[in-house]
Amino acid sequence: MEILQHLMDGFLIAFEPLNLGLVILGVVVGLFIGAMPGLGSVNGVAILLPMTFLVPPTSAMIFLAAIYYGAMYGGAISSVMLGIPGASTAVATTFDGRPLALRGEADKALVAAALASFFGGTISILLFTGFAPPLASIALDFGDPEIFALMLLAFATFVGLGSDDIPKTIFSICIGLVFSAVGLDIMSGEPRLIFFDIIGFMSGINFLVLAIGIYGIGEMLWTIEKTDGDSMMSKAVVTVDRVLNNLKELGRTWKIAVSSSFLGFFVGILPAAGATPGSLMAYGVAKMTSKTPEDFGKGEVAGVVAPEAANNAASTGSMLPMLTLGIPGSPTTAILLGGMVIWGLVPGPLLFVEQTEFVWGLIASLYAANLFAVLINIVFIPAFLWMLKMPFTILAPLIFVLSLVGGYAPTQKMHDVWLMLLFGAGGYLLRKLDYPLAPAVLAIVLGPIAEPALRQSLLIANGDPMVFINRPIAGPITIIALILILLPLAKAIRNRFRKAG
Amino acid sequence: MAKTRRYLLGLAAAVALGSVASFTLPGTATAAWEPKKPVEFVIMAGKGGGADKMARLMQTVIEKNGWSAKPLTPINKPGGSGAEALVHLKDKAKSDPNHTIMVTLNSFYTTPLRQPKLGVDIETFTPVARMAEDTFLLWVHKDSGIKDVDDFVKAAKAAGDGWIMAGTGKLQEDQLLTDFLNAAYDLKMKYVPYKGGGKVAKQLAGKHANSTVNNPSEQEGFYAAGTTVPLAAFTPKRLEMFPDAPTFGELGNEFVYFMQRSVVGAPGMSDEAAAYYQGLFQKVFESSEWQDYRKKKSLQGEFLTGTALKDYWLKEREIHKQMLAKMGAL
Repeated sequence: MEILQHLMDGFLIAFEPLNLGLVILGVVVGLFIGAMPGLGSVNGVAILLPMTFLVPPTSAMIFLAAIYYGAMYGGAISSVMLGIPGASTAVATTFDGRPLALRGEADKALVAAALASFFGGTISILLFTGFAPPLASIALDFGDPEIFALMLLAFATFVGLGSDDIPKTIFSICIGLVFSAVGLDIMSGEPRLIFFDIIGFMSGINFLVLAIGIYGIGEMLWTIEKTDGDSMMSKAVVTVDRVLNNLKELGRTWKIAVSSSFLGFFVGILPAAGATPGSLMAYGVAKMTSKTPEDFGKGEVAGVVAPEAANNAASTGSMLPMLTLGIPGSPTTAILLGGMVIWGLVPGPLLFVEQTEFVWGLIASLYAANLFAVLINIVFIPAFLWMLKMPFTILAPLIFVLSLVGGYAPTQKMHDVWLMLLFGAGGYLLRKLDYPLAPAVLAIVLGPIAEPALRQSLLIANGDPMVFINRPIAGPITIIALILILLPLAKAIRNRFRKAG
Repeated sequence: MAKTRRYLLGLAAAVALGSVASFTLPGTATAAWEPKKPVEFVIMAGKGGGADKMARLMQTVIEKNGWSAKPLTPINKPGGSGAEALVHLKDKAKSDPNHTIMVTLNSFYTTPLRQPKLGVDIETFTPVARMAEDTFLLWVHKDSGIKDVDDFVKAAKAAGDGWIMAGTGKLQEDQLLTDFLNAAYDLKMKYVPYKGGGKVAKQLAGKHANSTVNNPSEQEGFYAAGTTVPLAAFTPKRLEMFPDAPTFGELGNEFVYFMQRSVVGAPGMSDEAAAYYQGLFQKVFESSEWQDYRKKKSLQGEFLTGTALKDYWLKEREIHKQMLAKMGAL
């Protein structure tokens, strides 16, 4: 009951005219930033943070959180329409959103994305409201072995992603892991894999560079080859009939939306995980639990619903450790954390006690942001559909330019732009050879989390790998992960032998 | 698409106009030299850490008071323990030394020492201002029942190399302090490196580590909640914030170690430009916001600039050289 009381107080703050205006403005800005390839919530929040000194801290935080939220919705738009993830969090949305658009069902993908986002957002805010204080203590119980076990689980769910060719999937994961190892090794304090002594590799390979290279440049090259530069007019009509049909089909996916929301929320809570791995994992799980996994990657609506529900849920979840522990759960919340410090708020276990107005005002504003985001998003869908009617001869250069800007914007280094072009060419070639690329992207995101966790665990346990098995939380997770990896692998090997025999 | 683009451009223009207006309002046209374009404010560490938070606070103070005609644009260059940032500044010496400044920490000494291939000599860098020195304390979890350094030594001795000391990075500040403790009290604590002080503090709060040597700002949330306890400080005098934690000097094992928080200019910066930045950061130092922050985070160290700051760097570099040599890291 105390929580309800707090929440009511929070709504009074969130619905003050200034704060409500900021929620709407933030959502609109976030939608557009999210829809621009390469610019994600991180960029938006970072660029606009200095402007928030004009308003009180609570309003500032509400504005920035609304941008974060809006960007989660917006990211899906360019994933579907251009095949470039609008934000890193929307990478998984391209897997099925893009094929749907190519089939002329862009409207279906966009509506599915918007509604799934709303669904994921709503579930996660309810979870956030009810469980904020107790969940804060769970996050503390996660030590290195638990984090590594979880990462292992993420990789395991991905062995089934992309094509069904397991050796190719594992190869793709390995490529991603190698790229994720570039830069400073924190365990030894030495730089490693600094190719050709180029100083740009010192800070590692930015995940976005790989993602935009593969999904922007690589996708463009692939499409040019396939369509021969011809225009690729897609029929994208919005009629009442179609919308009703879409809704009916979406109704089937409610179970996936629920499970993805929960998954996304809990992955989001984990320090340093955030919305991108959350959405990728949700996609993997949706595919694995589906009765028709072979439809995934070819335009299955559930493949849009799962990551979109999960990334919104994760963005809410990632705010939890930031507020309760002062540990950002995602890159964007890291910047929000920086903002809170400037505003003079000390994130940590005491924030909920000492700054109730701030905390509950923010939570209440998330409800408002979620509602406005879905409304504004659906209203703008016709405008986004109009984009697809452009001939590819115009669209291709546009994607190229947007990719270049997107690769340059986050770090402002030409090094990243060259690297992105290289990844684009490499991604295109691998795609021609039928290699799944999503596992590589997953690996470059999770590698930097998984690798130190593995080495720190082993260091603490004097090199004994049983540390992942004989701890109460890590044990079950590790065992599930191992089963998930080994089962399909054993199947693949058996099939090989049968063929040979 | 065109429509969206135009809308975005309009938005961007409005934002740009807004920020230009706020920068140009109150002019401080008394200084002889002024930046002619936005000043690159390089941060030698990643986003969200102690150095980053401080840099952004300095930028805010300057912006809020309109002390700079041109904006300071913060850029994080954490690569290679700051190697990327140091090389960036070194390269600016040839192109444009007058519009690049950097916020540094102790990797300013250790990184060039450990990576001589970079060809960075910090003696050539332009001293601007030492804004503070951050302190270190020895921390344990409340539930460990450890009340003072004696208890700590007893428990750590009994645990041998099963005692986990979590710290930030390898061969950096926290490990130097751990090595000191191991030597001074004949311990075998195992040092486990993490990326960033916040993560280290969390390891202790979650009881995944037995002790840490965090800065006060990294532990303050857990300390206020009563989760973690400071046992002793690596400072010459007790800190106001933790009156019950003695210094290691009081306990008979004098060891004083600080993390510098300084602003440094690119090598080859003109004297006029150096004077401008020195004046600018002196104003920041004296501002109520900065003084407030110093107090809240238990920051020490007076304002230093010019040759005094350079002498301080050279002295600290020598100390770090010896410590690293002892650890076999050179």
